[in-house]
Amino acid sequence: MLPISTTLPRVFDIPDVLSKQGASVTMKDPRHARPAKRLHHLGEKAFFIISWFVPLALVFFWELFSRLGYLAPQILSAPSTVAKTAWNLVIDGALFTHLGASLLRACVGFIIGGILGFSLGLFAGFSKLAEAVLDRTLQMMRAIPFLALLPLVIIWFGIDESGKIFLVTMAVLFPIYINTMLGIRQVDPKLLEVAKVTGLTVWSRIHKIILPGAMPSILTGVRYALATACMALVIAETLATDKGIGFLVMDAREFLQTDVIILTLIIYAVLGVLGDSLARFLERRLLAWHPNYAGDVH
Amino acid sequence: MSNTVKQSPAVIVRHLRRQYGKRAIIDDLDLQIESGEFVALLGESGCGKTTLVRVLAGLDEVDGGSIDSTGEIAVVFQEHRLMPWLSLEANVALGMNEKTGRLLAHNALGEVGLAGRENDWPRNLSGGQAQRVALARALVREPKLLLLDEPFAALDALTRIKMHVLVKDLVARHQPGVLLVTHDVDEAISLADRILVMRNGHLAASYFVAAETEHGRASLLRENLLQELSVDIYTNESRT
Repeated sequence: MLPISTTLPRVFDIPDVLSKQGASVTMKDPRHARPAKRLHHLGEKAFFIISWFVPLALVFFWELFSRLGYLAPQILSAPSTVAKTAWNLVIDGALFTHLGASLLRACVGFIIGGILGFSLGLFAGFSKLAEAVLDRTLQMMRAIPFLALLPLVIIWFGIDESGKIFLVTMAVLFPIYINTMLGIRQVDPKLLEVAKVTGLTVWSRIHKIILPGAMPSILTGVRYALATACMALVIAETLATDKGIGFLVMDAREFLQTDVIILTLIIYAVLGVLGDSLARFLERRLLAWHPNYAGDVH
Repeated sequence: MSNTVKQSPAVIVRHLRRQYGKRAIIDDLDLQIESGEFVALLGESGCGKTTLVRVLAGLDEVDGGSIDSTGEIAVVFQEHRLMPWLSLEANVALGMNEKTGRLLAHNALGEVGLAGRENDWPRNLSGGQAQRVALARALVREPKLLLLDEPFAALDALTRIKMHVLVKDLVARHQPGVLLVTHDVDEAISLADRILVMRNGHLAASYFVAAETEHGRASLLRENLLQELSVDIYTNESRT
């Protein structure tokens, strides 16, 4: 026992000496020391500031050139004018009427399309027979760009609400359908074997293994559907209408109100960002177990 | 103790046959494992050991013969196969009654040294810990027959030794019949009561470990087993 303990420290001395030498080498070598230091100085905060500085600078110069008269108001209204217009529309309540009408269309269409797509995806995912019945037909219909349906939609539904909702529904149905079916099909068969071995009932198998396993794919579908729904809404609202963000645009175009047009662009952008945060929220809640979504602070 | 009453065997397999196409993977195999008996199954790759485990677990079909087991059968696979979206507790209690499952899972996690981790996600576990949860999931249903399909193969050497100790202890306490499939001759000798060698779909040899090691022939047993597995441990020089 004793001789071992007296020889051991010597053995451990060697790497200690080595590491000291190694440290001094890297300190003296400018090629290694410098870049590391520079990155450290800039840091995350600097990148964050730069990322916000660029768009703010763009808005500043836009305002500046408008005031100096280089940008005609019919071509591009100044940011301050757009803000004033927005404020006026908020005050007389018109903005909320139009926004409410648009959101209602988007939500109703999203819910109908989501439920349809999810249900069809469940059927096709669980049953080979249902897949045989549904999948080829749905894939063929998916090949049609849904915006090309517009003329048919007008003939079928006229120009009232149902046609607009139908268009959003079509935009949402396919991404949700495909991702639900694929998600279910891609659940690890090894985990399904565990279900068999532990004697899970059919219902437990679905809600403890298959649905959670398919959830990342389903949420990818939701995210994609939010984007296509937004696109469908923009096009649907160019159909004759007397309320909605689309009405604001069409009306503003008639009267060359560039400020209102820009305002609606901003509203669409905000809606897109909100949709994206909704998707992120769902991912954080439903995929907390998933390494890729864990600790996602954005 | 309770073993004074002769318990029914954990499993009795007679004339078992499983074939893919015309090729028999398991061919007229007979096997009986007693309650509390630890049996290790050695064999070269492709000899049918994994198929045997899958057939016993009900994951593969039987083409002939019979399997009689009076109780529950649990399996631990080479991979832990935990559901990444379920807490450790929910993973262990999978398929059990909600109320009793929680309590039993809590106890089982304690038994494998993971008390207090009930609500953790599987992704926060090391390989050895995950495999311990898989063990807890198997033992929590008090199986009559416990199938271990190379459960330590993916672990590092030190973790594997710790797992051996744990498994030995748990099996002694719960007394299931155990069938351990392994490639590792030393693992088989250190864990099992009886070692079977499988070849061409049937059992080619059987050794009672205690009988061999009591007479100081453990290394001879090891040599025999390696020869059964066609591992030539002698170089040409040492043989001459």
